[in-house]
Amino acid sequence: MNILTFFVVIPVLTITGIILVKDIKRVKLVASIGMGLQLLLAALLVVLYIMQRRAGNTEEMLFIRDFVWFKSLNIHFALGVDGISVAMIALTSVVVFAGVFASWEMAFLTKEFFVSLILLATGVFGFFISIDLFTMFLFYELAVIPMYLLIGVWGSGPKEYSAMKLTLMLMGASAILLVGILGIYFHSAPDGEPFTFNILSISNYIIPIQAQRVFFPMTFVGFGVLGALFPFHTWSPDGHSSAPTAVSMLHAGVLMKLGGYGAFRVAIFLMPEAAKEMSWIFIILTSISVIYGAFGAMVQKDLKYINAYSSVSHCGLVLFAILMMNKTAMTGAVLQMISHGLMTALFFALIGMIYGRTHTRLINEMGGLMKIIPFLSVCYVIAGLASLGLPGLSGFVAEMTIFVGAFQHPDLFHRITTIIAITSIVITAVYILRVIAILLLGPSRDNQYEHMNDAKWYEKISTVTLIACVAAIGLAPFWLSSMIGTSMQPVIDKILAVNPF
Amino acid sequence: MSLQSLLIMRHELLLAVAAIFILTAEIFIDPARKKNISLISIVLFAIVTIAGFLPFKLTGTLFGGMYVSSNVSTLMKNILNIGVLIILIQSVTWLKKDENSDRVSEYFILIMSTLIGMDFMISAGHFLMFYIGLELATIPVAALAAFERYKNKSAEAGIKLILISSLSSGVLLYGLSMIYGTTGSLYFFEVSRHFPGFNLQILGFIFFFAGMAFKISIVPFHLWTADVYEGAPVNITSFLSVISKGAAIFILIIILYAIFPSIMETWQKTILVTSILTMTIGNLFAIRQQNIKRFLAFSSISQAGYILVGMVGGNQLGMASVIYYILVYIFSNLGAFGVVTAISNATGKENIDDYNGLYKTNPKLSLIMMLALFSLAGIPPLAGFFGKFFLFTAAAEKGFYFLVLIAVINTIISLYYYLLVVKAMFINKNDDPIVNFRSDFPTRSALLICVAGIFVTGFASIIFELIKGLSFGN
Repeated sequence: MNILTFFVVIPVLTITGIILVKDIKRVKLVASIGMGLQLLLAALLVVLYIMQRRAGNTEEMLFIRDFVWFKSLNIHFALGVDGISVAMIALTSVVVFAGVFASWEMAFLTKEFFVSLILLATGVFGFFISIDLFTMFLFYELAVIPMYLLIGVWGSGPKEYSAMKLTLMLMGASAILLVGILGIYFHSAPDGEPFTFNILSISNYIIPIQAQRVFFPMTFVGFGVLGALFPFHTWSPDGHSSAPTAVSMLHAGVLMKLGGYGAFRVAIFLMPEAAKEMSWIFIILTSISVIYGAFGAMVQKDLKYINAYSSVSHCGLVLFAILMMNKTAMTGAVLQMISHGLMTALFFALIGMIYGRTHTRLINEMGGLMKIIPFLSVCYVIAGLASLGLPGLSGFVAEMTIFVGAFQHPDLFHRITTIIAITSIVITAVYILRVIAILLLGPSRDNQYEHMNDAKWYEKISTVTLIACVAAIGLAPFWLSSMIGTSMQPVIDKILAVNPF
Repeated sequence: MSLQSLLIMRHELLLAVAAIFILTAEIFIDPARKKNISLISIVLFAIVTIAGFLPFKLTGTLFGGMYVSSNVSTLMKNILNIGVLIILIQSVTWLKKDENSDRVSEYFILIMSTLIGMDFMISAGHFLMFYIGLELATIPVAALAAFERYKNKSAEAGIKLILISSLSSGVLLYGLSMIYGTTGSLYFFEVSRHFPGFNLQILGFIFFFAGMAFKISIVPFHLWTADVYEGAPVNITSFLSVISKGAAIFILIIILYAIFPSIMETWQKTILVTSILTMTIGNLFAIRQQNIKRFLAFSSISQAGYILVGMVGGNQLGMASVIYYILVYIFSNLGAFGVVTAISNATGKENIDDYNGLYKTNPKLSLIMMLALFSLAGIPPLAGFFGKFFLFTAAAEKGFYFLVLIAVINTIISLYYYLLVVKAMFINKNDDPIVNFRSDFPTRSALLICVAGIFVTGFASIIFELIKGLSFGN
């Protein structure tokens, strides 16, 4: 059995296990063991992948496995990974693992909660290991639909509204995406040869430019909505702030990355000519995302809203970098996905833990938490510093790479938009430091908060795992960026072959 | 008549034998043991269903070409049989009620005779045979819709159905008369040879299509649907929305593909316009419904719209995806109706508001309902996703991307109202929820078949490949 199939099999077995066991303690135990195994498996995959590359295996995708599914339509269940998907899988397993421990105190319909959570994770893992557009799309929708119940049943605030808005916007995006995928399929081979959904086969063929002009925007917008592309980002703040902790973590940390990854792997990789022609539209939109998200975060008072808008800004940066279409910037985009995934998951985990103690998320009502819950506060500071791009943490590596790459374009348009995007660093610093100042260091506002306990063991597992990864990427970024960069090369070759610039 | 011709007609003949057997049993059986009729009928019908699947590779024509049996028509009849079997099992509990206990055998006989009509309709090789089959399929349904005749709404549904059927039959016959007048024959193969598509023929086709549109409840011929569905007993509603609709779609696609390929551009335009209208209007009305039966009625109207999308290309993939989708739709829609039936039998409640908080009291029923609705909405990994995907692929193959775009936007609208029901069951709170009850064995087994179908039909690619292999088209 191929190692990649386990990434779908383990979550499915975990779900079965959760359904079978009776009491809440065992549910949590099964969930944590399953996701722990998944984390180990991801670590094993990274090691195996690097060993294969060291051994001189230069194929585009490794661990390829191909099962024929619907023969007459040439639909396969095809698996395969390159450096980029390996990195995304590792990110997902870390975030899911941390998410299980962050929802340890979930007491209402616990079993159903973990089933939906891990179902969501199954979709995400399946998406990253697929190299067939049909299965990719299937897993994409599978990842979106449990969100409705997760937010609607276990959320807070205007949860029903947010859940419906999020589900409909994301499913609407996937509907447009479906048209794009069908368009790609029916232009995926020269006349007379069977059409295919396989990404690698399609990438060897140049889709006619007229078709690309129609289907590139559909595919890009379809994935872009999930990556919070302006003006389709409005689901994100509402959804994230209403969702329960682990769901916010998974959603901002991983699910939004599906958008960036898909936009890169499907839209740009398969249709580079149209991407080149139309990138200016989307560069403008993503620049707006970056700045608008950052300004939005500055004026919010609710911790989750601050972080949700910050996610819009950071994910906008991912799409922005992908549209720059050169190796440095696109490598930076993947690094940014990983880095943002980890730190935003950390943020949401911490916000959930603080909310569990203070029962408010408004920063004006809290203060001086550093003295009361020092462990969580220090973690919050670390997450904040990673978010504003302090050297030594992951955020710096990613943003630096992106801006260096983006600035390689000699023309005025790209330079100006890059400078505009860079200003977001300053705005990010403002809102992060403002929160730290008021929330953690400011005077305590309410006596009732003075008897709170610091982090429990499961909360420590959750946060320490994430911080360790953030710091590891910040301190030793080169193994990761070279792994991504090597896999980026074939994509860049394809783009350069059709668009020399 | 040789043995071979008996085997060619085995679906119809066995059904007729079964119906006559039940009729005779009704006369001779001891009144105290009448409740056994349900069991006997279901066993008989199961035998008929299995016999239909027996791998006789028998195709051929009978009665001088009036009756044609092909692989596709056998497949279609088998699919309808599966659906009817599920409905019969679902109706056992309802038939046990005191007010229905004296009419059990009528129920089965009527259902079987409509099915005979549908089978003849699907196997028709001549418009006259087609018309007889259509009438035989329609009139008993009107009697069934008025089955609970002591209820005003049920009687009203029966009358509405019979009136609208005769109107649509009239329209259809008018179209057929024009086709006959211009081609000089009613045999399918001769009509198709003499159909260059001049104006009178197009007019005849339009009338024919309008007549069929009444049966499938395509907008703008759908106005009867919601009232009849609401008034009829739940089992008949599910029969109308799945089996009647499915049979009419089957014969429509056969006639379009086999008889009218010469005017394909015309009927493609017709289907393009009506499918957009059907999907959109069905969806927009479904959002506002309060009664779960009316809600499912409008949802089934929009489902017919998606099926038309699959038909529009006139290609082989189109026919395969339509037949496959009907199979998927049988399992999904009957799953939803099964839950509605169970709740209606146990409590008599039929409003969406009554479903508030259902998950707390009846978790299994609400899970099945959720699966069925998600399958109708086309959410993976359920069968509905595969069905919709293939329908849209079929349309995209012939370049109808714009239609596919409208269809997928409509699936999002439909997802909204399906989610409203899911929300009612899982999220909304209710002071007076439906109490916990345990449904009896027939209900549970019917639901189990549906759930198994919802999962298996999608993943098992062999089913689709089989259907694809039997379909035709260009």
